Amino acid sequence: MSHVTSAVRTPLITGGKTYADVTEDISRQVEGRPTREWTIAFTISVIVLIYGTACVFWTWWEGLGVWGLNKTVGWAWDITNFVWWVGIGHAGTLISAILLLFRQKWRTAVNRAAEAMTIFAVICAASFILMHMGRPWLAYWALPLPNTFGSLWVNFKSPLVWDVFAISTYFTVSLVFWYMGLLPDLATIRDRARSKVSRYIYGAFSLGWNGSAKTWARYEYMSLILAGLSTPLVLSVHTIVSMDFATSVIPGWHTTIFPPYFVAGAIFSGFAMVQNLMLIIRVVFKLEDYITVEHIESMNKVITLTGSIVGIAYLTEFFIAWYSGVEFETYAFINRATGPYWWAYWAMMTCNVISPQLFWSRAIRRSVVWTFTLSVVVNIGMWFERFVIIVTSLHRDYLPSSWAMFHPTLFDISDYIFSFGLFFTLFLLFAKFLPVVNMAEVKTIIKSSSEKLPVSVSGVAKGERVANPTFNKDVE
Amino acid sequence: MSEINGNGKFLVGIYDDDDVVLKAVRDVKKAGVRIHEVYSPFPIHGLDVALGHPRTRLGIAAFLFGLTGTTLALLLTAYTESFDWPMIVGGKDSYSPIIYVPIFFELTVLICALGMVGTFLVSNGLGPTVKPLMYDLRTTDNKFAMAIDMSKNNLAEGDIERILKNSGAAEVNVKQF
Repeated sequence: MSHVTSAVRTPLITGGKTYADVTEDISRQVEGRPTREWTIAFTISVIVLIYGTACVFWTWWEGLGVWGLNKTVGWAWDITNFVWWVGIGHAGTLISAILLLFRQKWRTAVNRAAEAMTIFAVICAASFILMHMGRPWLAYWALPLPNTFGSLWVNFKSPLVWDVFAISTYFTVSLVFWYMGLLPDLATIRDRARSKVSRYIYGAFSLGWNGSAKTWARYEYMSLILAGLSTPLVLSVHTIVSMDFATSVIPGWHTTIFPPYFVAGAIFSGFAMVQNLMLIIRVVFKLEDYITVEHIESMNKVITLTGSIVGIAYLTEFFIAWYSGVEFETYAFINRATGPYWWAYWAMMTCNVISPQLFWSRAIRRSVVWTFTLSVVVNIGMWFERFVIIVTSLHRDYLPSSWAMFHPTLFDISDYIFSFGLFFTLFLLFAKFLPVVNMAEVKTIIKSSSEKLPVSVSGVAKGERVANPTFNKDVE
Repeated sequence: MSEINGNGKFLVGIYDDDDVVLKAVRDVKKAGVRIHEVYSPFPIHGLDVALGHPRTRLGIAAFLFGLTGTTLALLLTAYTESFDWPMIVGGKDSYSPIIYVPIFFELTVLICALGMVGTFLVSNGLGPTVKPLMYDLRTTDNKFAMAIDMSKNNLAEGDIERILKNSGAAEVNVKQF
């Protein structure tokens, strides 16, 4: 039979869960009253969001002069935050799509929250593009629309326009992927709903899902194609974001390693953020049986791999700057490490290159406290990476007479804080009103990856259906 | 939904396990009963084949939508950059397809994904106002239901009930639509 799994594999779902348990455990926080922890977290997020929104509106009202930008450093925290948030958004699609194609069962418990994280992270990223425009009401100028000035179109040769296409496509496809993944679970919530309002709302959003075999077959096929489409999309989005820099002639930006280096960095920071969110969720929603140490360890392995790739990329940049013989490039990199922003550079190196290497230790890799701490460190490091690339490259250009420093203002900082308020408000709303773990997908792995057989079985030889022989004895 | 025409009477076998229902499909079909559909809380691999459902053509739809996206991108860039407002930027030709690869790719993926999902929804009759026919509400939780359309079977109700029970059904219910 199809459910035989090697006894050497550690169960992904613990606690001897049945299909009904999965529904019950995951639906609980959707159906019940908000918990105290959720209410406190949500209140803080909304307060931060309100403060941040006021600051963003003030930025728009007064103009970008309220930021610390100057003629030399024309991009700073805005684009740093944009690239950072886009990067964070990558883990969701990676977990959903690429790991689906690689048949990684551990993704099922974390894909839903990771996908939600992607959507909200991309919204945060887009908000910085709007802020950076200064006049967000003219944002539609970036779209290829015939406008009132005649037949003037956007410049399709510009990576900034590629960005518009890439990020809007990424957001749309990720949203569709996430929503399609929600359909079966929304139907579950609909069919369990006690109030008319819930039944109506979940009924409308579940689009009449009834779980017929024909629908499931088409659904799986569609999911696979969507995964196949999303996989190169993940790579394309951050490749194109990196081209915003790489196609320019600024020393420190004009490097061919940027596309793979940015993609690896994106996955690196994205997984760190997923770790942070999942570790909180598993405790607050009591999902330790679904998001187990195995899941945490698997994600830490990805963090170690991508962190190492990022580390190699840093060294490669240095090597190529020297090997190219271009004095401006060499200066840019030496200046990064020893110039006025040395602290940002070494913060980046410490957080991104050294800290993930601690995960080579199995004990650290499987420790919740270490994982949470190091994931925060990685996220800080990745923010510094974007800052180093953008600000340290810009603050020393070809003309020493125009050299300048960037100092963030209160609005630079507040607008960044706004994005946290927005992100966590959206994420907490998601966690309250939608199942944070994909119930339908978890049910598919429960036999092969759980501690016990979920139900007593009749009509099929028991020995054939062993999920884990060690644990199956007491069931028989 | 279009799957039910008029007032239909259904016998619904409820199963506790996905492997049992998969085996039951073969047994019930072998006993000469026409199965209307099987409902489950998660996908069961091989069930569509066992039921004799034709292979989905969503892949073809996806390909065609993707092709449409590429064509649209090609036309958009060619029209704007070569005919409507030719412009030389950074020394690049006004039209050189290689420059527009990111645009081609993104529009291909976008139209392909949206078109395929739209096709999926339409072909399954899914939409915000659709009221689903639920043979048993537990099929979105932990049970598996095999629906037998009595109007399409010549066997007596009792015989079908017995076949369902023999195939491993924990209970057999009557559902009228």
